[in-house]
Amino acid sequence: MRFGLAIVVAALLSLMPVAAYAVNPNEMLADPALESRAKDISQGLRCLVCQNESIEESDADLAHDLRVLVRDRVKAGDTNQQATQYIVDRYGEFVLLKPVMALHTILLWFAAPGVLLIGLVVVILAARKRRAALPPTLTPEEAAALASLEESGVQK
Amino acid sequence: MSIELGHFALILAFALACVSTVVGYAFWRGAGRTTQFVQQAAVMQFLLIAAAFAALVYAFVTSDFSLKLAYDNSHSLQPLIYKITGVWGNHEGSVLLWILILVGFGAAVAMFGRNLPKELLTLVLATQSLLVAAFSGFALFTSNAFLRLDPPPMEGHDLNPILQDIGLAIHPPLLYTGYVGFSICFSFAIAALISGRIDAAWARWVRPWTLLSWCFLTLGIAMGSYWAYYELGWGGWWFWDPVENASFMPWLAGTALLHSALVMEKRNALKIWTIFLSIITFSLSLLGTFLVRSGVLTSVHTFASDPTRGMVILALLAAFIGGAFILFALRASSLRTGGLFAPISREGALILNNLFLATGLAAVLIGTLYPLLLDAIAGKTISVGAPFFNLTFGTLMAPLLVLIPFGPFLAWKRGDLVAVVQRLGGAVAVTLLVTLVVFILSGAQFSLAPLGLLLGFWVGFGAIAELVDRIKLGRIAPLESWNRLKGLPRTAFSTALAHFGMGFTVIGIVATSAWQGELITTMAPGQTAQLSGYSVVFNGTTDAGGPNYDAQRASFTITDPHGGVRQSAAERRTFTASRQQTTEADIQTYGLSQLYLQLGEAGDGNTSVVRLWYKPFVTMIWLGAVIMALGGFLSLSDRRLRVGAPKRKARQPMAEPAE
Repeated sequence: MRFGLAIVVAALLSLMPVAAYAVNPNEMLADPALESRAKDISQGLRCLVCQNESIEESDADLAHDLRVLVRDRVKAGDTNQQATQYIVDRYGEFVLLKPVMALHTILLWFAAPGVLLIGLVVVILAARKRRAALPPTLTPEEAAALASLEESGVQK
Repeated sequence: MSIELGHFALILAFALACVSTVVGYAFWRGAGRTTQFVQQAAVMQFLLIAAAFAALVYAFVTSDFSLKLAYDNSHSLQPLIYKITGVWGNHEGSVLLWILILVGFGAAVAMFGRNLPKELLTLVLATQSLLVAAFSGFALFTSNAFLRLDPPPMEGHDLNPILQDIGLAIHPPLLYTGYVGFSICFSFAIAALISGRIDAAWARWVRPWTLLSWCFLTLGIAMGSYWAYYELGWGGWWFWDPVENASFMPWLAGTALLHSALVMEKRNALKIWTIFLSIITFSLSLLGTFLVRSGVLTSVHTFASDPTRGMVILALLAAFIGGAFILFALRASSLRTGGLFAPISREGALILNNLFLATGLAAVLIGTLYPLLLDAIAGKTISVGAPFFNLTFGTLMAPLLVLIPFGPFLAWKRGDLVAVVQRLGGAVAVTLLVTLVVFILSGAQFSLAPLGLLLGFWVGFGAIAELVDRIKLGRIAPLESWNRLKGLPRTAFSTALAHFGMGFTVIGIVATSAWQGELITTMAPGQTAQLSGYSVVFNGTTDAGGPNYDAQRASFTITDPHGGVRQSAAERRTFTASRQQTTEADIQTYGLSQLYLQLGEAGDGNTSVVRLWYKPFVTMIWLGAVIMALGGFLSLSDRRLRVGAPKRKARQPMAEPAE
């Protein structure tokens, strides 16, 4: 959201048109199946002149043009991937809201799983260390031995 | 005149904070008179900043446009509430609000902290003063709110129209209270590191502040989300925008801190980690407040437009965060750990909670900062948006949701997993049953939605199951259960409530994402549209207006599936001063669901574009957050935790099973 959380950003952005959900009826494809596919594709593409909005959400002129372009490609028989690639070829990787997995994004994709993995290892190691320090519970044999000892003690 | 007095008060507060920092840090050992001095200085700082802030409010309310800030952000025709909220609807004013809350917390610690060890109190207040000095210095030298214009203009610019909303009155103060409250945890952590003393009493002191800040932050984020939802005009409620992420990260860290401080308080373990989290949480709060306004996060261009301010912010952030971590690296090893426990235990569960929260935090952090780093290092520009976060964060949080119900059932020190699973059997059965019913009712389609619901119900019913188990409902006489229920400590309810709220939110998120209905169409007056069982008649548009805007108002007649009829009106507003347009969507609430109507552009003749959404169970998202915060407040009201609870000796450290 552009303004909900930092007023100042909103103030800086005040020169831009206010966002309103922007798909107009005349842009939409008649076939609901195609329209729904076009919508899926559009939601993954960034409006280049906006702050982190997809072209489906922005009412900027560029977003409008891109929406029409995506719908043209879908109508022409492109698969979702082909239509997306068509836009990426012309506008660059920047339009993808979900970055590709490649050499330069390896850290992006694997940092969090890496943290989880390292964290798990640390936790397990620490648990082992702790277990070693924890007073051990009695094995069944030991418990039985203790019970018999107590019993014999009582008899004495 | 009052403006100059306000300016002077700010300067005095800055000077006093500097002195208090130096005195506090220099003479904290064996503190007696020093403690008194920093306590009084903390209260004075609050009074001075309050006076400075009051001067600003006064200038805005009286439309004194000789104040540049009022000229830029106010208008004499604005309603009174927006004149007041306009004070913090801009950079300079919001920094001052932030400082006001900071000194408010400082004064609260000074007044309620009398029973703290003197040395600890002195160090805490010295650190608070250091923060005040740094940020009031920042306000004075780079973001002066008290600049005058000569000659004074007759009329001001408007407050940014999208900010002319009740949301601005509620959202920033809540959010800032949350952010700034974590400064107390930060100061306690720094004090512990400097003095080298940290024990369970420390955690008992820190936890209420963490809890309080967490509650406010939860409410602040939820409020911001709802504000975006109704103001943006298309019903999105979370966008994974850097600015949003900046507020979400302290929340994740704060949630982790809340749980790790619990372990430290009850079991005297996880000390170093808790200190680390205290520092991280406030560092992220600083990032949340200031990095977004340095311009770095949103766009490189806004950063360049005011390089001094941006550089000072980055320098301050680097100094505080870097300084704290250097101190941490130097001193953390001097803290002794204690409290042994088996892997399967309440402690173990809380560690897993922390692990997953920390991982989720890492996902959000790297997703937010990676594009900047990549651009700076490799010159490549990429975007990281909602699809990335939904995938990574969502995947990482799912296991945490599975684990939540187990935690409160496990015993401290050494738990019995088999017994816990048995006691959770009822919750498992109910969860499966309810999810199955919803699955069938919704058309038995296989997708992620039923899985998401399963998680939500599991967390929700799991929370209830804990209470049911503790009062032995169904196993003993109902009256006895009732007596047990009345006898439960408030913290038992607060845990259950907070976890239940989490489940509530998850269900709302899943339901509204999976079963939203949407209709975008051009309508002529008298025409009817059908959406998800609701029929909406468009009655045409009329001209309308407010004190500082003109508007096109569309009226609708809605018939719900049960035959109830409602009138509703949505607007498109054009503000006279700035010529900016905003859409005022109309939102009709039906039970937990909402119908969302938005008026689009005018078409041929007297037709208009109309956009309709049906948002099933969408209110659960925010209600869940409110429930979570209520859980937190309930826990705060527990006597044992109340700040400065008078009968201190009556406090028994571990008299009951903890939550």
